[in-house]
Amino acid sequence: MAANPKELFETVTFTLDGQDVVAYEGETILQAAERNGHGAHIPRLCYTEGQRPVGNCRSCMVEIDDERLLAPSCWRVPREGMVVRSTTGRAVAAQRMVLELLQSDMPETGYTPDNELEQWVRRLDIGTPRFVSREQPRQDISHPAMAVNLDACIQCTRCVRACREEQVNDVIGFAFRGSDSKIVFDLDDPMGESSCVACGECVQACPTGALMPANGVGMEADDRTVDSVCPYCGVGCQLTYHIKDDRILHVEGRDGPANHERMCVKGRYGFDYVNHPNRLTKPLIRREGVAKELRHDFDPARPGDIFREATWEEALEVAAAGLKRIRDEKGSQALAGFGSAKGSNEEAYLFQKLVRAGFGTNNVDHCTRLCHASSVAALMEGVGSGAVSCQVDDVADCDLMFVIGANPTSNHPVAATFMKNEAEKGKKLVVADPRRIELARHATHSLQFKPDTDVALLNAMMYTIIEEGLTDPAFIENRTEGFDELERNVMNGYSPEAMADVVGIPAATIREVARLYATSRSIIFWGMGISQHIHGTDNSRCLIALAMMTGNVGKPGCGLHPLRGQNNVQGASDAGLIPMVYPDYAPVGNEKVRTWYEQFWGVENLDPNPGLTVVEIMNEIHAGKLHGMYIMGENPAMSDPNLRHARESLAMLDHLVVQDLFLTETAAYADVVLPASAFPEKTGTFTNTDRRVQLGRTALPLPGDARQDWELIQEIARRIDLDWNYGDVSEVYEEMRQAMPSITGITWERLQREDSVTYPCASAEDPGQGIVFVDRFPTDNGRGRFVPAHLISADETPDDEYAYVLITGRQLEHWHTGAMTRRASVLNAIEPVPVVSMHPLDMYELGVTQGDPICLTSRRGDVNAYARGDDGMQRGEVYLPFAYHEAAANLLTNAAIDPYGKIPEFKYCAVRVSVGQEVSAELY
Amino acid sequence: MVQSQNVEPINKPIRKRAKPKGRAVDPQALVDVQELLGDAPRDADQLIEHLHRIQDRYGHLSAEHLVALAREMKLSPAEVYEVATFYHHFDVVKEGETAPAQLTVRVCDSVTCEMCGCDDLVAALERGLGQGVRIQRVPCVGRCDEAPVAVVGRNQVGHATPDSVRAKVEARETLPTLPANTVHYAEYRDGGGYRVLADCVEGRRDVEEVVSTLESSKLRGLGGAGFPAGRKWRALRNEAEPRYVAINIDEGEPGTFKDRYYLERDPHRFLEGTLVGAWAVNAPDVYLYLRDEYAACEQILHRAVGELIEDPPCRLPRIHVRRGAGAYICGEESAMIESIEGKRGMPRLRPPLVAQVGIFGRPTLEQNLETMHWVRDVLEKGPEWFSGHGRNGRTGFRSFSVSGRVNNPGVHIAPAGITLRELVDEHCGGMREGHELYGYFPGGASGGILPASMADVPLDFDTLQEADPHAFIGSAAVIVLSQHDSARKAALNTMRFFHHESCGQCTPCRVGTAKAAHLMAQPKWDTGLLEELSTCMVDASICGLGQAAPNPLRCVIKYFPEELS
Repeated sequence: MAANPKELFETVTFTLDGQDVVAYEGETILQAAERNGHGAHIPRLCYTEGQRPVGNCRSCMVEIDDERLLAPSCWRVPREGMVVRSTTGRAVAAQRMVLELLQSDMPETGYTPDNELEQWVRRLDIGTPRFVSREQPRQDISHPAMAVNLDACIQCTRCVRACREEQVNDVIGFAFRGSDSKIVFDLDDPMGESSCVACGECVQACPTGALMPANGVGMEADDRTVDSVCPYCGVGCQLTYHIKDDRILHVEGRDGPANHERMCVKGRYGFDYVNHPNRLTKPLIRREGVAKELRHDFDPARPGDIFREATWEEALEVAAAGLKRIRDEKGSQALAGFGSAKGSNEEAYLFQKLVRAGFGTNNVDHCTRLCHASSVAALMEGVGSGAVSCQVDDVADCDLMFVIGANPTSNHPVAATFMKNEAEKGKKLVVADPRRIELARHATHSLQFKPDTDVALLNAMMYTIIEEGLTDPAFIENRTEGFDELERNVMNGYSPEAMADVVGIPAATIREVARLYATSRSIIFWGMGISQHIHGTDNSRCLIALAMMTGNVGKPGCGLHPLRGQNNVQGASDAGLIPMVYPDYAPVGNEKVRTWYEQFWGVENLDPNPGLTVVEIMNEIHAGKLHGMYIMGENPAMSDPNLRHARESLAMLDHLVVQDLFLTETAAYADVVLPASAFPEKTGTFTNTDRRVQLGRTALPLPGDARQDWELIQEIARRIDLDWNYGDVSEVYEEMRQAMPSITGITWERLQREDSVTYPCASAEDPGQGIVFVDRFPTDNGRGRFVPAHLISADETPDDEYAYVLITGRQLEHWHTGAMTRRASVLNAIEPVPVVSMHPLDMYELGVTQGDPICLTSRRGDVNAYARGDDGMQRGEVYLPFAYHEAAANLLTNAAIDPYGKIPEFKYCAVRVSVGQEVSAELY
Repeated sequence: MVQSQNVEPINKPIRKRAKPKGRAVDPQALVDVQELLGDAPRDADQLIEHLHRIQDRYGHLSAEHLVALAREMKLSPAEVYEVATFYHHFDVVKEGETAPAQLTVRVCDSVTCEMCGCDDLVAALERGLGQGVRIQRVPCVGRCDEAPVAVVGRNQVGHATPDSVRAKVEARETLPTLPANTVHYAEYRDGGGYRVLADCVEGRRDVEEVVSTLESSKLRGLGGAGFPAGRKWRALRNEAEPRYVAINIDEGEPGTFKDRYYLERDPHRFLEGTLVGAWAVNAPDVYLYLRDEYAACEQILHRAVGELIEDPPCRLPRIHVRRGAGAYICGEESAMIESIEGKRGMPRLRPPLVAQVGIFGRPTLEQNLETMHWVRDVLEKGPEWFSGHGRNGRTGFRSFSVSGRVNNPGVHIAPAGITLRELVDEHCGGMREGHELYGYFPGGASGGILPASMADVPLDFDTLQEADPHAFIGSAAVIVLSQHDSARKAALNTMRFFHHESCGQCTPCRVGTAKAAHLMAQPKWDTGLLEELSTCMVDASICGLGQAAPNPLRCVIKYFPEELS
């Protein structure tokens, strides 16, 4: 029997217009009234569900017996026995006059069909206001995504709360005073110039159209909506597409468990890449005699320069035949496949099944190799599982958030809002990064340490914790092994005093942070700053050790959370798109596992040896041992380190099949290009960083002759002797589920109903376990392993010739290699050109100012980009995002890899910085 | 009805090439700010103090300095900008804008000064002061007995004439002349000062006894609300610690200048009362919030606190002096607290009261300066010393700030319950030659306007409201009008004042005062609409500013209808 809420919570009974209403503790009069179905007639404007009530518009005024003044019902919490009246003459007169006053200042133009003020004015029959209008402010359409129509502003401050309290971007202010009060951005700057990150929360909050999507989009009526998830990052925001004539009009945030209606600029405004004119709609076959290279004048709008159009029959035939020939003539190990971390779980599962059952090799990998491979290696070794131990929303239960080597306001923006919310509540936030990132402003402790000194810092923290007796001996004793060796290593020379100069942080600060971490319920969030090093595994080992020695894992408010980047990198890894393991990380070398799959898939002789990883595959091609590849939704010609070398490898392939939305830099080297499905055009499951399996639904038809990715994998499979007959993507999911104990309890039907279920989920009744490792770790003996780490320098350090450190990474507006976002009009308008960030003093010494071209040269290549001053950089560092083909950062990077995770050192190599040349957008 | 005609295509760059979003911190500006702030704490509640530092040093707040200050305080630029632009004494100057002239002459244009010719004064000054001087009309600066008043820099010039102002401008006499007869620390202690405090702190007096004495004295809050002081202290003692004390010296009600009067003459007396209050509620911190227009008081107060701390008579709490920045609304207790916290002075919604949730969310004892000024006397001489006064059945005395058409304007201590006629005749030397009583403001701009026919109403808490619900004594700021004056004009003056001073938070006040001022400036008042609007403002405004703003206009409709026809 369901529990009676009245018995669980404190309640208060009051009367509203003669009717008894029961309010829960803390509920306002209006909230209680609405919940009981009695409040719908009371106007309200400044109050909206989900925001702190402020009671400033005064349209919800009610009379309370024994009180001299009227009270705002949206804000007032009732007492037991309170008598409230909302329909008396006095209350209604106040409500009406407030509405009339607001309406008198409204413009003639309507900016939204859903103007809440207008709705109340009509409902209460206010008529034409009797007051002269104010002087109206001018419109601000400086921002490509949003229009600011302050003539429609009613100063309700919903946008202020959206920006300052929900998203905590702190761009919007409520400036001036009295009737001059104005919503401003920064110092009353045009929105397009301001620090506004275009999350759109303010637009979502505004009741009158004062803040709207640009270009009048909000005034158009959609003809249908589709609930889905965002294709970009690992936060996995749920959203609703508003569609008209089979085009996305606009996107609204939905109340998903990871986002609660919040979104960022990419998810909300970066959807029109789907309709970009460069979208591939016909299969392509390479013309005879066209050399495999990326020419300077390569133009994705003119595939005809390199390819000829073909029918699907011909293209699939040529694609499959080439792969088959290499398999049969040169052996299975001469083939490899790159699956996609952006594709669905079903696509990932089918892809690795194709490579394993069809090619006969384990040479299948995806871009996780370039991302969290070292974190996962350390986690598998240390705790037996590569996924997060707690979810982002566990910050609600923690006391301290430790964010290291991650820039979440840029790369997991909505997740960052929840961290900022907790910091605003007074929780400790420690931000450790060589750059002073945006999140540092909200931090209680900001450690801007020297690049490449993570192990020194973390070992010094562990030294403090051990020396000062702040470990959790019971946890160490009962749940772990190997502590003694770790302790010996840490205590031998890693004191904060000894490491202070190495790390560039005062010893006292290291100690203070260590103490706080150890004595709080703490969550560690980390990113590429930790993982993309040749000692990335070591870096992660230290984080795991910190958590285990203080018992900060396996309970609420604690944990280890490597922030997963791609929307489905967790899912792609879980589904076995990894050379060493099958789905759910069952090792390929394990005979029982292999036998099971042979039976399950109806094949023989699955490869017992772990396959090659991304960078190893490039090397293998160079060595002449690998000849054919099938690449789906990946762009190694932009994302691999040392691009000259990687691109040479791609050119050396005898046969390359590329399946994608656009003619990417990788597709330029293909023999066959297969036009595939964009995210809004497919239905599939996607697993976010929190281990939430979420459903993406088809919203748009496929353009031209493009086909579903999963169907294309099946077409290839059939043509290389696999007898596949999947009719629907749900069949693929259900087969995959049988192979994956982690998602046993998540049926396709359940996902249709619930949209999102966390794994591990053992049964239909299991709600899904957000926190794992509660009683044991999934290692052989149930214990976590401590693995000591030593100081290892980056592979290539600065010297006289190459004096700067190059750090590569991302930006808020652009996603990875830019294939999608450079073609999204709003996103590319905000950041249209490649930019290299430098400290202003370094720029000054170089003799350049903001916007001047700079040339970066490494031992491997050179690029030009435009200088941007950032005093959050340290001297001697430059930062270059890798989204710009005309300034491909990976032409500079070093392909040295971590020995365990096999991840390249994207975060550190040596470059020379000099005055550069103008960058042409057509340059490749 | 779509605005798409105004849309510009996206392929036009939205920012200069490679320029980041938002404003970068200018390195020189950052150095400037760091030097200026020195070791001062960077906590968010110091924001207004730091803005003053920059405004004082540079004469304005440049965009670069605001952004640098934001960086230093780990605030966003918007957070700094919204506070800076709330307060009228800060001049924010962005790129391409001109910094204000070196010298600003502010001319008060509130009720009494308008009656005494401020418009002519402004016109003359605008003609005659030349370049390099900015002239601003400002609301009441608290020197109504010497109307009209001009402020040259920070130097208040009473009985201002174009010549007297010009002389000060040319001599660059921009700092106030300090009064000669202030009782400073040594003299105050010699005269028996701080003995009451020491007796309390050192245990020779009992808290219960002190609180009861205050209660028996019937001393009520003299800032305007009139809440019994003893009862407030008792209520605070029932709240959880830590508890703070906040003293309101933001005296801004047009017509009021009594707090300045006491602070200039005898600053330690209210300090002693304050510290007794701090002892009574065991407050570790005391905040003194002084309006920025009182520059002489600022010096006197800093000297007083400095001398006190250097040679304390007993253990003292921490004393913080905070400067207002040109916002009448910060005289409202919760808005003052918001300002102490470094924010825009926007009143808080009640409940809870500041006694329960005040500074930084802690219970706070908030009192007007004058209320604390009398505490020593009550505790030294006994409750009857205060309660023994009174007339017409009322208790205690008031410090009336009287201005307008009387012979002797100024601060007059008179029994509570005295009538206007008695006050003018017995204390103010009667009406000026050629002036007959026509009407009066009993309680500043907020307390309504009464006609001469009601000159025999006792002036006190409660009595005025009984005589007319739109009248009250408030801070006892009495402005006397004669037949040469217009109640209607005065009412418009006050509505413009409220419009100017509205914080902007709630619709009835933000929009209501604007619409009312517009309606009242029309040749014919739409009295029906004004009455409807007034009801909404009274019923639905968040704070007393909006609730009281309709009082003068309603009084005009009721008592001076001939002015409206």
